[in-house]
Amino acid sequence: MKSEFRMPSLGADMDHGTLVEWLVHPGQQVRRGDVVAVVDTAKANVEVECFTSGVVDQLLVEPGVRVPVGAVLATITTGGPEPEPAPAAPRPAPATPATGAVPSPVTSPLVRRLADAAHVDLGTVHGTGPGGRVTHADVRAAASETAPTSAAVAAVRIRSSPHARKLAQELGVPLTGIAGSGPGGAVRAADVTAAAAAFAAAPARAGTADRTMAIRAQIATSMARAKREIPHYYLTETLDLEAALRRLREHNRTVPVAERILPAALLLKAAAMAVATVPDLNGFHTGTAFHRSAAVHLGVAISLREGGLVAPAIHDADKLTVPDLMAALKDLVARTRAGRLRAAELADPTITVSSLGEQGVDTIHGVIYPPQVALVGFGTIRDRPCAVAGLLGVHPTVTASLAADHRVTDGISGARYLLAVERLLSHPEKLL
Amino acid sequence: MTAATATAQAELTYREAVREAIRDAMRRDERVFLMGEDVGPYGGAFGVSLGLLEEFGADRIRDTPLSESAFVGAGIGAAMGGMRPIVEIMTVNFSLLALDQILNNAATLLHMSGGQFGAPLVIRMTTGGGRQLAAQHSHSLEGWYAHIPGLRILAPATVADARGMLWPALRCPDPVLIFEHGSLYNATGSPAGHDSADITTAAIRRTGSDVTIVAYGGTLGTALNAADRLAEQSISADVIDLRVLRPLDDATIMESVRRTHRAVVVDEGWRSGSLSAEIAARITEQAFYDLDAPVGRVCSAEVPMPYAAHLEQAALPQPGAVVDAVRAVAA
Repeated sequence: MKSEFRMPSLGADMDHGTLVEWLVHPGQQVRRGDVVAVVDTAKANVEVECFTSGVVDQLLVEPGVRVPVGAVLATITTGGPEPEPAPAAPRPAPATPATGAVPSPVTSPLVRRLADAAHVDLGTVHGTGPGGRVTHADVRAAASETAPTSAAVAAVRIRSSPHARKLAQELGVPLTGIAGSGPGGAVRAADVTAAAAAFAAAPARAGTADRTMAIRAQIATSMARAKREIPHYYLTETLDLEAALRRLREHNRTVPVAERILPAALLLKAAAMAVATVPDLNGFHTGTAFHRSAAVHLGVAISLREGGLVAPAIHDADKLTVPDLMAALKDLVARTRAGRLRAAELADPTITVSSLGEQGVDTIHGVIYPPQVALVGFGTIRDRPCAVAGLLGVHPTVTASLAADHRVTDGISGARYLLAVERLLSHPEKLL
Repeated sequence: MTAATATAQAELTYREAVREAIRDAMRRDERVFLMGEDVGPYGGAFGVSLGLLEEFGADRIRDTPLSESAFVGAGIGAAMGGMRPIVEIMTVNFSLLALDQILNNAATLLHMSGGQFGAPLVIRMTTGGGRQLAAQHSHSLEGWYAHIPGLRILAPATVADARGMLWPALRCPDPVLIFEHGSLYNATGSPAGHDSADITTAAIRRTGSDVTIVAYGGTLGTALNAADRLAEQSISADVIDLRVLRPLDDATIMESVRRTHRAVVVDEGWRSGSLSAEIAARITEQAFYDLDAPVGRVCSAEVPMPYAAHLEQAALPQPGAVVDAVRAVAA
C-alpha cells in the first residue's frame, strides 16, 4: 500500500516550505526516522524525517519548489517488509502474569488494518496489551503522536471571514500561517493586511537579506500573536550562583578543554528540571485549552548571525546529564547557525529559555513563543554584593525571570518554579 | 424658498409634524379624510389630530366605533371608491383585529383584480415600547407587516420624515402602513421644509467606516447614541435609517456593508423571524464575501413586554447592548 510523505509543519508559525534537496531516490528503502529531505522554512534549512517505513516510490516535488504545509512531497510504498504475519490464533495469554517479552509484536487483523490506515509502523509501536501486545488504543495513540501529516492537513482548513479570504486572495497572501484575532482564532481582514505588510517586507525566497526579512516577518507574526492572545505575567528573582559555579570550576578542572561546561548549560539544566515542580508551565495552549506535555523539550533561543532568532528544542533536557546537555547545546547552536535543524527540534519545544547573558543585561522580560505558555530568562552572571549569613559578601549572581501565561498558571505557581530553579542551583550536586 | 416653507422650518414635535402633514394633505386634496377611534373631539389617543375636527369638520375627521376590522374595512372600501382615507389605529397590537382586512383585502386587491383597482389608503399606527403600557400596547409588529407583499411599510424616525412621508404615501397606488414609534411623539426637530419625503430609500444618518448599524423608527436614536459612544472608542459607525421596511432598500445597506465589512442590526421586534433576521439574511446573500464578521443583532427580549419600568428597559434594545454587539464584530 502507498503512503504519502507530506510537507510537515515545522512550528506553529510555518505555512509553507521550500524543498531544498532530496536525500533519497525512488526505489530506496527508508525507515521511519530516516532523514529523507531538506526543507527551507523561513527560518532555517531543516532536515525532515520520514514517518513511515517502506520503499520510496515517487518524488513529486522538485527541489526549489515552495509548497504549503500538508502538500504531498513523495509517495512511499509501505508494503515492503511487513511485520511477520501474526499466527492465525495468538497463543492464549499465559495463566500466570506475563513474565517476559513476546518476541515480535503480536497483532490482531483489526490492529493491522488500523495501523495501515493511520500509516503507523507496527514495529515501532509500544504495546500495552497483555504480553506487550499492541492494542488498537496503542495504534491510535501512535497515530496521533506521529501524525503531523494529518494534523497539518487539518490545519490547512482555517477559520477566516469571507472578507479576509477575499482580501488575502487580492493581496496574494496565503491565509495559512496568519494568526487570527477573531473569535476562535478566526482570521479577519485586519490580520490579513498586517500579514500582507509583513509579506511585502519579506519576499519568501532565498538570499540572506530575504531570509532575514522573512524571519523578521515570522517573529512579527508570532510575537504579535503572543502579545495579543497571551496574558503574560512576569516574575524575577536574583539567584546566588556561588555554589553552582564553584562546582562547575571543579568539574572543568578535571576534563579536557573541549569538554568544559559553560554556566549556561547548568542554568538550562536547572530550568528544565524545575518544570517537574510546576508541570503546568510546560506544554501548549491551543487557544481553547492547555495541554500539558509529559516530556520537557527545552527551547533555546539562539540568535542568528544575520539577525533574527530561532528557538529549537533540546529534547528531554531534564533527563540529560549536564555534560550531555552542554554537548547538545553546542551541536544545536552550530547547526542553527549553519541553518541545518531537524524538524522535530523546531516543532516541539515545550518551554523556552532565553539568555541574553553575553550582552551584559541584567534582566529579560520575555515574550512567550506561542503556543507555549512560559519563557524563562537569564541575565548576565555578575559579581554583585549580597548578604551572606548576615555579612556583606560578593557572589556571582544571575537574575532569573519567568514570563508565563496567566490563563494557565498564576503568580504563585510561577514563584514556586523560580524557587525550584534557585534550589537546584544552590545544590549543584543534584545537577552535576 | 417661500415664506411658507421658512415658517415650517421652526422646530416641531413629531406629534405636531404628523398633524401638520395631515392638515397639509387635507388642504391639498379634498378626497383625503381621517378616521379612527377618538380622532375627533378627543384629538386622538396620542393627541395627533387635536384641533383638526374644528378645522375640517366631522365629515372629514371621523370618529369610529371600537372595531378595527370594521373601520379599516370601511377605509379600504372608501379607497376603492376613489377616496384617499387616512386610517388611524391606536397601536399595532390592535391592528391584528384588522389583519384580515389589511392582508386579505388591501394587500391583494390590485393583484386579484388584474391591476384594475387597488386600495390606495394610508393606515397609521403606533408601535413600540418604552412607555410602560405593558404587553398589549407595546409590541413592535411592523416586521410582520413588512412580510406581506402588496403593502408599503414606512417607519418615520425623524420629525422631517413624519412631516414629509404622508403626502407621497397618499399618492402611492398601494396601501401604505405608517408606523409611528410611541416614544417619538415628543421628540422635536426641524421638518426641514419638506412636505414630501422619499418613501423608497433608506437614509444614512451618520457616516463611518468600521461598522454598519442598521436601525429604523424607535431604534434610530438608540443606534445614534451607540455610534456616539463608539466614536469615543475610535470605532466609526455608519448608521442607516431604513425608513422603508417594505420594500427594503437593499442597495443602501449593501453599499454600506461593502464599505465597512461589518453589520449590526438594531430591531425592537423579537429576534426570531424578525425584520432583523431578514436584513441579516439579505446581507449574507448579497454581501457575504465582503463580511469580516458574522452579522450582529440587537433585538427585544423574547418576552411579552413587561410593565415594570426597569424590566421594560431591560427587555428593549439599549445603546449599551448595541455598543457591545458592535465591539463583538468590529473590535
